Amino acid sequence: MLRYTINRILLMIPTLLGVAILVFVMLRMMPGDIVELRFLMEGGQVDQATLTAERVRLGLDKPLWLQFIDWGKGIFVGDFGISMWTGRPVIDEIASRLELSMQVAIMATIMATVIAIPLGTVAALYKDTWIDQVIRVFAIAGLAVPSFWLGMLIILGLLLYFNWIPPLTYTPIYVDPWTNLSQLIWPAMAIGYRYSAVATRMTRSTILEVLQEDYIRTARAKGVFERLVVSRHAMRNAMLPVITVIGLEFAFLIGGLVVTEQVFNLNGIGKLFVETVSRADYTMVQALVMLVATFFILINFAVDLLYAALDPRIRYR
Amino acid sequence: MSRKLLMLAAMGAAITLAPGLAQAQAPKNGGTLKFAVSAEPPDYDCHAATSFAFIHPVRPHYNTLLKFDPAAYPKVVGDLAESWAVSTDGLTYSFSLKKGVKFHDGSAFTSADVKATYERIANPPQGVRSIRKAAYSDIAGIETPDAHTVIFKLKARNASMLTNFASPWDCIYSAAKLKQDPKFPEKNVMGTGPFKFVEHAAGSHWVGEKFKDYHVKGKPHLDGYRAIFIRNTAARVNALQAGEVLSEFRGHSPADRDKLKAALGDKIEVHESPWICSLVVTFNTQKKPFDDVRVRRALSLAIDRWQGAEALSKIALVRHVGGLLRPGYELATPPAELAGLPGYGKDIAKARAEAKKLLADAGVKNLKFKFLNRNVPMPYTPVGVFVIDQWRQIGVTAEHDQPETKAYIANLRGGNYEVGLDFNCDAVDDPNLQLAKYISASRSPINYGRYNDAKLDELYDAQKGELDAAKRATILRAFEKHALEQAYTFPTIWWHRIIVNWKQLKGWHMSPSHYLNQDLQDVWLDS
Repeated sequence: MLRYTINRILLMIPTLLGVAILVFVMLRMMPGDIVELRFLMEGGQVDQATLTAERVRLGLDKPLWLQFIDWGKGIFVGDFGISMWTGRPVIDEIASRLELSMQVAIMATIMATVIAIPLGTVAALYKDTWIDQVIRVFAIAGLAVPSFWLGMLIILGLLLYFNWIPPLTYTPIYVDPWTNLSQLIWPAMAIGYRYSAVATRMTRSTILEVLQEDYIRTARAKGVFERLVVSRHAMRNAMLPVITVIGLEFAFLIGGLVVTEQVFNLNGIGKLFVETVSRADYTMVQALVMLVATFFILINFAVDLLYAALDPRIRYR
Repeated sequence: MSRKLLMLAAMGAAITLAPGLAQAQAPKNGGTLKFAVSAEPPDYDCHAATSFAFIHPVRPHYNTLLKFDPAAYPKVVGDLAESWAVSTDGLTYSFSLKKGVKFHDGSAFTSADVKATYERIANPPQGVRSIRKAAYSDIAGIETPDAHTVIFKLKARNASMLTNFASPWDCIYSAAKLKQDPKFPEKNVMGTGPFKFVEHAAGSHWVGEKFKDYHVKGKPHLDGYRAIFIRNTAARVNALQAGEVLSEFRGHSPADRDKLKAALGDKIEVHESPWICSLVVTFNTQKKPFDDVRVRRALSLAIDRWQGAEALSKIALVRHVGGLLRPGYELATPPAELAGLPGYGKDIAKARAEAKKLLADAGVKNLKFKFLNRNVPMPYTPVGVFVIDQWRQIGVTAEHDQPETKAYIANLRGGNYEVGLDFNCDAVDDPNLQLAKYISASRSPINYGRYNDAKLDELYDAQKGELDAAKRATILRAFEKHALEQAYTFPTIWWHRIIVNWKQLKGWHMSPSHYLNQDLQDVWLDS
């Protein structure tokens, strides 16, 4: 198990290096730069000397390889640099948004898990009955409806029927739980629905698959109660792919709520992503991509460890 | 008898109600104004800023030397200046400054602060960014004979100097703070304005609170304000409809205005005005066939601005036909004379016949090109589609190319385009600003047509130095005629600003610029 864990950790290094090189090069392949955008976006009459001086100030005049080394050295000591747009440390900019994104992701994950596992299991156990059909329609609708669109419907519904919209600015849950929840419950619902649909379908299909296995038949032949067959034998084995799906969806939610955060005016990582990409704020985009990549890798790592814990065949390999 | 009684009753009611009505309009103190801003300032330095996203949250913290009278634009009034005088030769501007003005840190405001501020703008120290320094290049020196007098000596006459001194970007900074660190304003907010800085929560909101020692007695009326950054248009309109914010001071589309009117009825007030913004077609004159004036003129003649303005005003925030200066501005071409300008005739069939002839004379058949436009839906996309359709009617095919803003600007500046839809937006009506788009590329950083025209430069300099308004207008007409005849760059349709405020927001005045009237000094809440 220790060797397995060390191998997985070592594999993270080339993956992150690859991501770093890719994002650094791709950003600079796009036409235009932050200096032109900042000073000319609204028609400012800025002379070339000012633009050049600003490029020098931001280090954009240096050769690309030198810019990459400077950035890499910074990352190595935990310094992601200064936002080219705001002049504030990138870490501070991200930290102020991460709390909100994490909370929405956690709320949506809890919501999805609480809905998906029981529904998926019930659908599998009552396969091809009306119960299964209803659950499948619920799940397919969840996959078909984009989260941001559902979010827009929720907001319009609240506005139309209650003349109210969720708070526009974030209040941490430890400051005022009610205000916090009244802002974040709605996006969590919009996201959680799609998320639960994915997990419901996965739970249903894996339980159906597991229920065909020999060890289930053996357990039933031994006269084990059906409830125990399902909960102890089928569920435990069926959860491996479900955990993978839930883990990857969680990692996606950290930086992937690009449109939903805009719809609800949530000051999260997704909104920051859109803003920084449109501003060509290289240092910020690079840090955000690294953050999301690291999240994905860590979640994958955690899922792999969980696999190993749940399935002895993996840890003894 | 009954009629007399009715009249008496009406008079009595009028007398009884009149004081009440007057009282209802008396400003009330207190309350926090919440408004939406669709973008966010990158840093806090007025002199390096270019966006309304900066002005709306930051301007209430500062004063300027002069400002535009909020209720009577374009009249210039004192902000930190009590009075001023201009010498007869137009080379000396003397300002008497207000006394008893304090900065938010309690220090006294003096002429040294004005001098330090304008020296920073005109001759920024190493590492300091001053975006508008060209507007002050005529300043030869700044003198401060006493603590409340400041004198600007100019090298050359500049008819726009008072307008410059009223620029909303020229926040007056503390000389002491600038001496400690010339970059102090980049990361700190400390002015003499009606509101003190409280908080900037990045990506979320900006908060200001009433400056109790503000120099204008009884002002500001508000206890504070909260600017909420809402990037998404639908979310902004929803916030306004729900009353979570009372305004958004940049502008709305006609569709959003109509939606809010339908939802909120008489709870809101709609303010509308021509806007100091126009979308202009610009040609890369270094690319064939756009180096040929006949081709450029043909493409200008093909556009029916009059019909387009009427039709587009229903779906986009454009409405006004105008020349190079904003329709309605005192130095702009009067409406009656507009139709006489090249490309502004009202007989579109005749204009298009002439356009076709010009293309034929130039030997251009089946002209096809890419039309570079910005991927901003309002109003770039509808105007772009309109212009392409107009050209189609003289047999010209344009492919609409709408990259993201960064690539759009890079292509325009880099000459990587054939024909583009450029924009010309300014904080104030000022020929020096608006015509900078049209003078030679060797002089103007915003001429993307890549041409040089000595006649335009000469006329530009002449109007700039002409202090007599009538004579200046004559020069401007000549400039406009030549620019439109050459058609290197020509306006399409001018923007129309629409602001929707909740009725309890009082004391705010509409202007043709989204950069003006945002110090919130006179704003109050009637609730």
